[in-house]
Amino acid sequence: MKPVPAKVSVFRKILRGTGFFPFIVKRVLTSILLIFGMTFIAFSITQLVPGDPVAANLGQSAYSDPEIVAAFEKEFGLDQPVPVQYLRYIQKLSQGNLGISLSSKRPVNEDLKEYFPATLEIALIAVVIAMILGLVLGTLSAVTRDRLPDQIIRVVSLTGVSMPTFWTALVFFYVFFFLLGWSPGTGRLDPGAEPPPQVTGMFTIDALINGDFATFRQAFSYLLLPAIVLAIYALGVLTRFTRASVLEILGNDYVRTARAKGLPEFTVIRRHVLRPALLAIITVAGVSFASLMAGSVLVENVFSWPGLGQYAYRAAVGLDLPGIMGVSMVVATVYITMNLIVDILYRVIDPQLRKAEQ
Amino acid sequence: MASRFGNSNSIWRQPLAVVGIVIISFWVFAAIFAPLISPYDPLAQDSDKFLTPGALHWMGTDELNRDIFSRVIYGARISLPYSILLVVLSALLGSIIGGISGYFGGRIDAIIMRLTDMFFAFPAIVLAMAVAAALGPEIRNAVIAITIVSWPVYARLVRGLILNAKQNDYVTASSLLGSSSLRTLVVDLRPNLAGPVFVLASLEVGNALLLLSGLSFLGLGAQPPAAEWGSMVSMGAVNFDRWWVGLFPGLAILSAVLAFNFIGDALRDALDPRTAKALRD
Repeated sequence: MKPVPAKVSVFRKILRGTGFFPFIVKRVLTSILLIFGMTFIAFSITQLVPGDPVAANLGQSAYSDPEIVAAFEKEFGLDQPVPVQYLRYIQKLSQGNLGISLSSKRPVNEDLKEYFPATLEIALIAVVIAMILGLVLGTLSAVTRDRLPDQIIRVVSLTGVSMPTFWTALVFFYVFFFLLGWSPGTGRLDPGAEPPPQVTGMFTIDALINGDFATFRQAFSYLLLPAIVLAIYALGVLTRFTRASVLEILGNDYVRTARAKGLPEFTVIRRHVLRPALLAIITVAGVSFASLMAGSVLVENVFSWPGLGQYAYRAAVGLDLPGIMGVSMVVATVYITMNLIVDILYRVIDPQLRKAEQ
Repeated sequence: MASRFGNSNSIWRQPLAVVGIVIISFWVFAAIFAPLISPYDPLAQDSDKFLTPGALHWMGTDELNRDIFSRVIYGARISLPYSILLVVLSALLGSIIGGISGYFGGRIDAIIMRLTDMFFAFPAIVLAMAVAAALGPEIRNAVIAITIVSWPVYARLVRGLILNAKQNDYVTASSLLGSSSLRTLVVDLRPNLAGPVFVLASLEVGNALLLLSGLSFLGLGAQPPAAEWGSMVSMGAVNFDRWWVGLFPGLAILSAVLAFNFIGDALRDALDPRTAKALRD
């Protein structure tokens, strides 16, 4: 096939360009490269450390039978040399196929479709709780700088980031389930209850789509406690960050001008401080969203929440590389996408940044 | 060090930092004198179990009737040294990689920085779980696993600091005088790095302790019967209706992490604003 010069030059132009569109194309391309690079790291690290996935996934008696071991290795391609294994994985990955999980023996894509929405559901609620409360507490802390409310909020938010999530989960579970009986318990629904027909995989939303309010209420009551526990850490981070951004903006001349004009303090904060601070806060919220999903490993363990974290744990213990990679891909994609959205937002909002790059 | 942090904003003037130092001193004391402080052998079992907290057992006993107070005290011997070791290892590894990246620049720098980008995108705990599981569940392996995932923050910081410092005349002068790259890096640049890296490390000790006890909680770190705080909390999770089993070791983790964060925060605020900014970015 002959090369098409015109097309190549258009492509080059995009890559070298400084406009908005080339910027997005470049960022998306580097993001995809980043993901492929990550597979290389994960593959190398898991090959460098000792550990036998065959032993981890077969029972003792099966492992002592060389025929079964050989069949298992053949089935999952483990009999091939490592570079061949890696190339095969990459080949499948570029078609969107994450391979077969060694621990569940099912396609990783299908596993993720089942487990990801469960984590997404609690992580979304957690990030909303953390953002609203973090914004309020952080602003309050900044405007009362060094006075009592600020001191209290600072200690509380630092405590939030210092609490071991698995322990917080345990304490909340004890208090709200065992002592008070407010929480229905572990899992996503009552034992034996029928999950709503899958559309998004998030039970609350699927129940609403189906018009089934009883199931919605039940699913919501189950997810509230893990979501709150997950929110605590992010709340600490967001409160501290909001405080820092608001303090920085409060020092600007235009804030002094707004005050000098005689605007009420509330209006000054809302219009001249919070609005510019919001972007920075959304950035951190976006990035902490990805870390929330990773942090769910420990919370899901306590609440028996059948999400990504539980899946990651099983994959890790089973040395199930496709499973581990699958989870990592999902979380990394969320992380990278959040960063990308934030970068784009910045360019849309801040004209100075566009100018600087030109 | 004293002049760098200044007198007016010395960390001794910050009440939270003092609280942090007191708490850490307590745990260091507990770790050193554990056999003298704890009323029982932390591993001794007998036929009773789950005694509620009382005069004989201040924090009650667990499912093998081991005294929880004694185990919490002995736990300081595992959690503190290993999380500090972990931070020292990550800081060393990260500083070396970041130093190479910042000093040599060009293609090496580009490759190393893309590498750190990838590590940042990775969910740290997932990778740490995988490495810890592959190496075999043991606290030393958990330390190695977390080191592998936590060096990139230091690499980024050191690279940034070196790029800044390289613009100084004395670095140019030193290389014009014929100093080798290694000499320039170690003799001329290191003093610029020590303060910020130390502060970042102090901010990271708390996180290290959280991750380490988290892995132990999942059964991928310290193994029974070791008195490690995270694995003690996991006993509490199995017997969640006996609140004292999990509560006290968790409080121990919280107090130590909080204390480290108090100290780290104060150290960062006491640094000059420029380096403080480099730490935040």
